Amino acid sequence: MRTVFYLLQKEFVQIFRNRAMLPILFAMPVIQLLVLSYAATFEVRDTPMSVIDQDRSLTSRQLVDRLVASGYFTLVDQPATPEQADAALRRGEVKLIVHVPPRFERDLLETGAAPVRLVLDALDGATAGVVQAYATQVLARVSRDVQARTATAAARPAPRIEVRPAFWYNPDLNYETYMVPGILVVLVTMIATFLSAMNVVREKEIGTIEQLNVTPIRKGPFLIGKLLPFWLIALVELGVGLAIARWYFHVPMLGNLALVFGLAGLYLLAMLGLGLWISTMADTQQQAMFIAWFVLVIFILMSGLFTPIESMPAWAQRLTLLNPMAHFITIMRRVLLKGAGLDAVRVQTAALLLFGTVLLTLAVRQYRKVTA
Amino acid sequence: MAGILVHDLCKSFGAVQAVDRVRFRVAPGELFGLIGPDGAGKTTLLRMLVTLLTPDGGSATVDGLDVVRDYRALRTRLGYMPGRFSLYQDLTVEENLAFFASVFGTTVEAGYDLIAPIYRQIEPFKTRRAGALSGGMKQKLALSCALIHRPRVLMLDEPTTGVDAVSRREFWDVLARLKAGGLTIVVSTPYMDEARRCDRVALMQGGRLLGVDTPAALEAAYDRPLLAVRAAARYDVLQALRQFPHARSVYAFGEALHYTDARPSVDPAEIRAYLAGRGYPDATVEPIRAGIEDVFMARMAAPPPPPTASPT
Repeated sequence: MRTVFYLLQKEFVQIFRNRAMLPILFAMPVIQLLVLSYAATFEVRDTPMSVIDQDRSLTSRQLVDRLVASGYFTLVDQPATPEQADAALRRGEVKLIVHVPPRFERDLLETGAAPVRLVLDALDGATAGVVQAYATQVLARVSRDVQARTATAAARPAPRIEVRPAFWYNPDLNYETYMVPGILVVLVTMIATFLSAMNVVREKEIGTIEQLNVTPIRKGPFLIGKLLPFWLIALVELGVGLAIARWYFHVPMLGNLALVFGLAGLYLLAMLGLGLWISTMADTQQQAMFIAWFVLVIFILMSGLFTPIESMPAWAQRLTLLNPMAHFITIMRRVLLKGAGLDAVRVQTAALLLFGTVLLTLAVRQYRKVTA
Repeated sequence: MAGILVHDLCKSFGAVQAVDRVRFRVAPGELFGLIGPDGAGKTTLLRMLVTLLTPDGGSATVDGLDVVRDYRALRTRLGYMPGRFSLYQDLTVEENLAFFASVFGTTVEAGYDLIAPIYRQIEPFKTRRAGALSGGMKQKLALSCALIHRPRVLMLDEPTTGVDAVSRREFWDVLARLKAGGLTIVVSTPYMDEARRCDRVALMQGGRLLGVDTPAALEAAYDRPLLAVRAAARYDVLQALRQFPHARSVYAFGEALHYTDARPSVDPAEIRAYLAGRGYPDATVEPIRAGIEDVFMARMAAPPPPPTASPT
């Protein structure tokens, strides 16, 4: 135990003496959390739009006003012909063309239906989908109003189904609420994995491992001394990140924070095991860095942070079961935002336990004090 | 039997036989030198003796403990100074020393008297980071760290490589003092002139031992007449001598050329006359006693001797 204490002391002295490392450890995650949480939003605002209004009626003007008033669209052009509008779309000046044909209002009032043409720049498919959804919503509202006006004239309103969505756990559909816990996971993961991946290999590179290996230090205390500092640092960063999430982003924290930290500790063991495993296999810090980076990119992209796991193809969904980060993001969102207890995340917890055991075992077995 | 016993130790890396059936014995309290050029297998041999590398064949005991079976117990009795500076450059002098003392389960105070003669020289800089020390000071710190747990055997891999001549002499003085204190020391070096500071040396080349004995006995066993040739046009004279019909070997040694003849005896006057005839009348030729380097060159050129049991 005394040996572990001296090893810890040495690691902490080295970490806090490294002037380049300190800002990386503590300032960068905070900056990233602030920047990414704002940047990584799916909201689309101020889409440049051109409108060809060939009807020029009360209803068509109302329709354009509603689109602009929604805040999602900015009217940049009102060309006379569809050809002019198409050219502007090709030049990238507008992303959406709304074409209201002649006789729009009359058809609507007489037959109860009238076409409006929406042309979208779908180069960025995700954005186009969102823009289309917004535009459809606005158009639906206009059409309801028109129906309401005609209904007063008619004997009784036409029967229709009205959908009133209720958004649970995030009633305002606030993107920060959804993204911040996930981004926090990514940052904590990066710190833990990179630091542990670089550490043992660094001692290999500078040759100190030779000097250490001829000492009677046991493998166990040595590896605990290597991993415990990063485990603690990552948990402290999680705490700082949660504080920012709570008081700056006003992310609701319904769950038990002790549970969050407990599961985070478990998750970090798995990621530290991964980093250590990489470190024992690599010969240089450069190799370790590339391997760690490669693995983390896959983990991040397949974690459900940016693209929902449910929308991935079946084989990819099965692969995410092997991604500890995906499990932990699920845990964070469920526990923090929904107030779930351990029972609701027991599958994910079991998975983390399994990953932690496997990765740490692999790492410990891989590390040898004697070369064959 | 304490000391070191090496029996037919082998180690290969792929097709390269780095250490080939090496056997020798080091008595307790002896200062033993492993002499050989780069790539001779000295480092591999030492790494097996300090339990960092598992041998392919043969066996070795250090201080009575087997390097494979008893490696864990052996590590507490060994001090090892690798060829490359292997301390923490971002820790200070005293932090490095305290760290290595603590991982051996001891304290700086407990081992201080042993390292004091060396450590006192760097103690004024004890708050300086190891990375900011000069080469000689780094070496003294490394030696202090290797000795802080009072090992019974000290192994040093090329401790004087890249160190200036004055520091080298100082370092050998330190080793002599440690030996006087009863420490068994094995030190490897590519510098033939350092062999004289050892009690006994093993000459190593291509993974094999070319001979093990005291430096004096090795030199005395040199059975061929040896001539030192000095001339202004050193390189031309070297070429000319190699063309001499009876020449056995000609090497440049410092400012002189060392010449051995293929015949049992040679008259310096004959060589002088030959060189004068080739247009080098200024050449001086005189018989000299063989040094370790001459012994090394002679044994290297000769067919490898069959492995013999080492003395004692």
